[in-house]
Amino acid sequence: MTVVLEMMTLVLMGTIALAVYRIERGPTGADRMLSSMLFGTSGTALTLLLGEVSGLHRLHDMALVFALLAAVTAVAFVKRAWRAGD
Amino acid sequence: MIPVVDIVSTALFVASGFYFLAGSVGLVRFPDVYTRLHALTKADNLGLGLLVTGLALRSGSWYTVAKLYAIWLLVLFASATSCYLVAHAARTGGIRVWRNERP
Repeated sequence: MTVVLEMMTLVLMGTIALAVYRIERGPTGADRMLSSMLFGTSGTALTLLLGEVSGLHRLHDMALVFALLAAVTAVAFVKRAWRAGD
Repeated sequence: MIPVVDIVSTALFVASGFYFLAGSVGLVRFPDVYTRLHALTKADNLGLGLLVTGLALRSGSWYTVAKLYAIWLLVLFASATSCYLVAHAARTGGIRVWRNERP
């Protein structure tokens, strides 16, 4: 059963690698921000999985913090950092 | 004899891996911001929901189940909100919607 969980962590790392490709290509700031939002979701899932594999259920709280930070980052990006066209 | 819980949660994990991969491939392959938003905020959250359900089946306590689903709900609300915000900012900022040139 642990093998399935470890395979899932590999899949999630693959999705993060694909998102890095999108950051490199751009073309707008919003596209790069989308990759960052994917890091939030994938990072949450990855932390939950690793918590299950290692038996450390405290990692669930860390996943909660990841989810919260992803939300705050997206709002701050749209409201403060980004003007469309650059 | 493999327990039923293991079979069901393995199926849920495989399905969630599929949806995560589909979302990322959409992020790489789709042509503009709006279509990429569509791939990212739907497919990935469904993948996370399936993964959380699989983990909830394996966990022993109701407290953990409640916490896992609280995380998923937070991610759902956050991604719906930020999807709207990014799309609205892109639209008012003048980013054109992609159209297929081929007839």
